[in-house]
Amino acid sequence: MGPIDPARVQKELDARLGRDVYLHLETTTGSYTALGPEKRTPVIAFVRNASIRYERGLVTGEGPYRVGLKLDSGWVYAQGLTDYTVTERDELLLAGHDEEGNLRVGLQLSLQPFRE
Amino acid sequence: MSILPPSPERIDHLVEGMTLLDPSAERGIVVSLPHPDDESFSSAGTMALASDAGVPVTYLCGTFGDMGRRMGSPFFANRESMRDVRERELADACTILGARYELLGMRDRMVEFEDPHEVATRIRAVLERLDPSTVITFYPGHAVHPDHDAMGLATHLAVAALPDPKPRLLAVAVGDREQLRAALGPQQVAVDIRTVRQRKLGALRAHRSQTEMMFQRWESERDDDEQMRAYREENLTVERFYRLNGVAIPLPR
Repeated sequence: MGPIDPARVQKELDARLGRDVYLHLETTTGSYTALGPEKRTPVIAFVRNASIRYERGLVTGEGPYRVGLKLDSGWVYAQGLTDYTVTERDELLLAGHDEEGNLRVGLQLSLQPFRE
Repeated sequence: MSILPPSPERIDHLVEGMTLLDPSAERGIVVSLPHPDDESFSSAGTMALASDAGVPVTYLCGTFGDMGRRMGSPFFANRESMRDVRERELADACTILGARYELLGMRDRMVEFEDPHEVATRIRAVLERLDPSTVITFYPGHAVHPDHDAMGLATHLAVAALPDPKPRLLAVAVGDREQLRAALGPQQVAVDIRTVRQRKLGALRAHRSQTEMMFQRWESERDDDEQMRAYREENLTVERFYRLNGVAIPLPR
């Protein structure tokens, strides 16, 4: 993974436009926040291998970036994205990391299901 | 401060009222926890002491740990590479500890949503095959992470279903020490791991994606405090467990 290049990411979004794609979307504080000094409740959500099709998909912002996908009947959205890569399985992985390298948000698209 | 302070000469104050367990005298040990690295944090010293004496040690790991958020510092893993990264780290840690590992292959974070009886059946099959004298798991309901609680519960069910004589079932509790003391009292079993503390550190370091940040903090003493330091030094000196055989654990709704 490396820093998001918006033009390249836009190309990758365009390449998957109008096709049945598998979505992985997540956000996480980590499971151990309750043990930290602030004793915050962990907040974690993810969706893995939901099948979607988007008719419009954009990467926006100056970094960290936002991505919005317009579906036939809904939306997919992620904010705080900093890094991306395309894997050898042609999966587009977008992630937002904090300064310590921890993942905070992830949005991934693939024509094949992600490993279960 | 060095990351590895000198071993304390006396450990009486850390193991007061507890039975000292000698891992080298065991017939076999199975550690049953959900994530790659749980074994090193909780039981690395016990595992190393046993395997050094020729006692077979197996880490039965519930998941690939592939929903972790720590990607290394600076990050070198991503959500999709994480499974392979963490299995390699686990293999390295187990080599250091002289243990073998088996993976149940459940999805990280999802253990509590599996049928506990089904998971227990799978764990039981492993225990029947390996016939350990001691099993180590998390204390259900007192282990912070939902996967920890669920794996602890399933392991408890698995051991309860074994014929007598059952293996000794030891449990690791995680969380605020005062709260744990209030809920559970002190642990009943302790292992003196002073002679293998380097190995425990080595196993923890092998889980690089998960522990790199922690070691950076230790080495820089950033955000260090007395309580944290004492805690860290205790965990490189003794490993303490609750006895779970015969303890009634409520099933989740």
